Amino acid sequence: MAYHFQTKTKLSSIFIEFGDLSYFATRFFKELFSFPFEKKEFLKQCYQVGNRSLQLVAITGFIIGLVLTLQARPVLEEFGAVSMMPNMVGISIIRELGPVITALVCAGRIASGIGAEIGAMRVTEQIDAMEVSGTNPFKYLVVTRVLSTTLMMPMLVAFGDALALIGSAIIENFNGDASFMLYFNEIFSILEFSDFIPAIIKSLFFGFAIGLVGCYKGFYCEKGTVGVGLAANSAVVFASLLLFFIDFVAVFMFNIFYTN
Amino acid sequence: MDNSRETVVEIKNLYKSFGDHHVLNGVNLNLYKSENLVVMGKSGTGKSVLIKCLVGLITPDKGDVSILGKKLNHLTTKDWDALRSEVGFLFQGGALYDSMSVRENLEFPLRHHREKFGVIKDTTPRVMAALESVGLANTIDLMPKELSGGMQKRVALARTLILEPKIILYDEPTTGLDPITSREIVELIGKVQHTYGTSSIIITHDIDCAKVISDRVVLLLDGINYTEGSFNDLYNAKDPRIAAFFKK
Ligand SMILES: Nc1ncnc2c1ncn2[C@@H]1O[C@H](COP(=O)(O)OP(=O)(O)OP(=O)(O)O)[C@@H](O)[C@H]1O
Ligand SMILES: [Mg+2]
Repeated sequence: MAYHFQTKTKLSSIFIEFGDLSYFATRFFKELFSFPFEKKEFLKQCYQVGNRSLQLVAITGFIIGLVLTLQARPVLEEFGAVSMMPNMVGISIIRELGPVITALVCAGRIASGIGAEIGAMRVTEQIDAMEVSGTNPFKYLVVTRVLSTTLMMPMLVAFGDALALIGSAIIENFNGDASFMLYFNEIFSILEFSDFIPAIIKSLFFGFAIGLVGCYKGFYCEKGTVGVGLAANSAVVFASLLLFFIDFVAVFMFNIFYTN
Repeated sequence: MDNSRETVVEIKNLYKSFGDHHVLNGVNLNLYKSENLVVMGKSGTGKSVLIKCLVGLITPDKGDVSILGKKLNHLTTKDWDALRSEVGFLFQGGALYDSMSVRENLEFPLRHHREKFGVIKDTTPRVMAALESVGLANTIDLMPKELSGGMQKRVALARTLILEPKIILYDEPTTGLDPITSREIVELIGKVQHTYGTSSIIITHDIDCAKVISDRVVLLLDGINYTEGSFNDLYNAKDPRIAAFFKK
């Protein structure tokens, strides 16, 4: 009984959280189009977002490419379909694995970083200090960060994709007959424009979700050092969940769109 | 206190609760021009809440606040901006932006007050002047984490002064500092009031600080302004509830 009650309150708190988050998002769009725009802080954040996660994205992307190819090879051989390798690798990386894995890595790196940073600023009253000195903290901190993660994510995804394909090409080069040139040629002759567009749109949403959740958790951080840790932690959890949800909706939508 | 003096802050019947917790229960308070008003009270009586109501960080449930003749409950964003350049706020922990250097910290408030100062091409002289007034001109290129607690508080005061506010609200300016540094801060507050003619509300638990600095002391108890008077009046009061604050 008690357990039942607990799950029920947990479930309702998730809905409340979503409600608050959508209110936060509405405020973001409202403030986004009001003057003035904090250009300097925005560029600084773009640099930070890229810089913070470039290495991690590179390494994960590369390894995913390696592993995917290694795993797939015996299976494809069994069916005599090794020639399908570029096909399989190209489409799965560009369409799904690249965006999702890059975004998950970034959720761990960027959402937690933003959550902790803004949370610490809330706890030490720096956000209040901004407000009192006449700067709108939402505009200065939240709008710039959300915008930078949104715009940087497709680039990080492209970077991760590229390294994954290189990883895959290295394995194929070792294993068999495909030279780098041939392998890449095959991949790109298979891929169509319609494979890239959904991935880019999806990445934009992923970036938006990561920035938004990080800022939201930091902005409403509870007082005390425990609050900051909690903000960082729950930012990662909430952002990751949201990513899967967005991914599901995106795939669903694009399937409807492209089959008709 | 003679009532002929110009009132800069007028608080009438201010109420604020957080859920069931009634913090302010009808506070009435005036701050006169060029006056140092010390607010004392037990921890948790809502002193911080009170001054946060004056700068819009907390919205009161009921009651009126006027600052420099402007009523706070119907101000436009633009009016708020203008008002905020006239009201300085020193946070208890200093609240320096720790991702910015001391110079950037001081430049930060200047970016948004074009109406008051016009477009400032070179902010350095202004930043230097503010830092010199707190005796920390040599820290201009340091980061906040490289400063001691007392220095951080003085830099925070410099950041408040740089807008040349008419009113400054100090939230426990000497708490957590050693006696020598707190005396320095107290002297600094006195100096600021002298040179700029600012009116101040100073929240403090520090009897020595209150004694040196106050023109008038208000005691906050149970969410209302329980009593007020000069430091000596309150210090020698017979009422046990007042005397409890000034344990000798
Ligand atoms: N944002 C808030 N949400 C809920 N309760 C709050 C909030 N801010 C303050 N309070 C409550 O209001 C009461 C007064 O807080 P306040 O910070 O004004 O105390 P104070 O008089 O400044 O005490 P101190 O001398 O310790 O700083 C406290 O009991 C606190 O729990
Ligand atoms: Mg306080």
